[in-house]
Amino acid sequence: MCGIVGLFLKDPGLYPRLGSLMLPMLAEMCERGPDSAGFAIYRDGPARPTLSCLAPKGFDWEAAAASLAQATGSPCDIERIADHGLLRTAADLHEARRHLIEAFPDLSVLAAGEAIELFKGIGDPMAVARTFGLAGRSGTHGLAHTRMATESAVTIAGSHPFSTGADTCLVHNGSLSNHHLLREVLESRGETLQTENDSEVAAAFLAWRMREGDTLPQALEAALSRLDGFYTLTIGTRDGFAVLRDPIACKPAVLAETDQWVAMASEFRAIAQLPGVERARIWEPEPSTIYTWGPDGMQVAA
Amino acid sequence: MSDAPNLARNVTVLDLQNTPVKDANTALQTAQDGAFAMLNPGGRHALACGLDAPVSVSIEGHVGYYCAGMNQHAEVTVRGNAGTGLAENIMSGVVRVTGDASQSAAATGHGGLVVIEGNASARCGISMKGVDIVVGGNVGHMSAFMAQAGNLVVLGDAGEDLGDSIYEARLFVRGKVARLGTDCVEKPMRAEHLDTLRDILARAGMEAAPEEFTRYGSARALYHFKIDNAGAY
Repeated sequence: MCGIVGLFLKDPGLYPRLGSLMLPMLAEMCERGPDSAGFAIYRDGPARPTLSCLAPKGFDWEAAAASLAQATGSPCDIERIADHGLLRTAADLHEARRHLIEAFPDLSVLAAGEAIELFKGIGDPMAVARTFGLAGRSGTHGLAHTRMATESAVTIAGSHPFSTGADTCLVHNGSLSNHHLLREVLESRGETLQTENDSEVAAAFLAWRMREGDTLPQALEAALSRLDGFYTLTIGTRDGFAVLRDPIACKPAVLAETDQWVAMASEFRAIAQLPGVERARIWEPEPSTIYTWGPDGMQVAA
Repeated sequence: MSDAPNLARNVTVLDLQNTPVKDANTALQTAQDGAFAMLNPGGRHALACGLDAPVSVSIEGHVGYYCAGMNQHAEVTVRGNAGTGLAENIMSGVVRVTGDASQSAAATGHGGLVVIEGNASARCGISMKGVDIVVGGNVGHMSAFMAQAGNLVVLGDAGEDLGDSIYEARLFVRGKVARLGTDCVEKPMRAEHLDTLRDILARAGMEAAPEEFTRYGSARALYHFKIDNAGAY
């Protein structure tokens, strides 16, 4: 069992409150996943290319920044938060990510993008949220996950969200049965994966499809035919947000929408505290149906 | 959160904003009669479950999982949506939801009546054993899976694999069925079925003409081992 939440803001007036609106959503999902947690925030405001990274104690962050600067020819700044480091660079993010993964085997690149910042940890989800200052974060949309490990160990490598492509990330409730096969396919097509986790394969699959030119709905349609297993997925892109459930649909999901926001959660109680929820349209997403939101509003494709 | 409802006199209010779920449920479970209103449910789980007396409970808002589970004799109304497992294993009484219900509504229900005024999602009435279920909208896939007894009445459409591996329950659908499950077939609507359906619709307070429904039930082809297959082993 895991808990998923996602919040996509339509009203720019709410951007400064994104994190503080997501915190109670995450809090309600702690019982569904008490062993680890993570969240991704898509910042509002101007683009600021960032690699969100995680490394063990004693890691030489300055050396990593220097190596990245030397390899790319672009200066690199670091913002350190606990065991995370946000590396800011003007270099090509795909190449920068690949360089860091190859040159520093101890380093995990959690996400790379112009807007995304991603944090994860093991232990109490509320402690993870506090450590990385979720409540104070501003942005356009965000995803969060609380994990109850079933298929793999309780390690930070198994914490969600997962991201392999620029500004694309995913949270997953469920388990995939064909991830070994898909991993080989994706690696042969140039995707770099960093964990043994099945959900990372789903993230890499979407990143690969979108690098190949698919729109988000097209990538999700491909996912429906290629991902085998149980899944409720919530996906973020630079300016989009999506929800997809497998055809069996045994992993729960609730959607709610008002003029100000779109919210997704494993259970309604995570949505119950959002402002204006009493006027929200609330529904359970249908199986095998792609729900996407972007600058042009909602699209539904069955 | 929700506006204060206009409550009749002699209604005991249980406000979940300041009353723990366990305390509120204990108050309901120990009452022998009377009317109760639960306020600010906020999607919490297992509300009004395990009731065993003719009390009346109205829950003013959306509820989480397993609301009104194992109900006996009580009348529980949810003014909102319900999560997974509404009225699971209901024995008697009435459970009504004015909005939608998530998956496995009235699962394994032995008796009583469950009314969902909106839609019910997947697996509605799974393994039902005598309960009557009335859904004002649509039901999702695998509804009435392995249904054994009782009636499932759907005013809208039914999703894929309706009545898969059904034993003896009766399924009445007014709209379209996306696909019938294994061993579930259309059956003629005889006078006795129209009477049964009319009675259930009346008890559910649903306006619909019984003649507009199609009845489905078991082809009974899965009941016994097929001797033709003996050579396969």
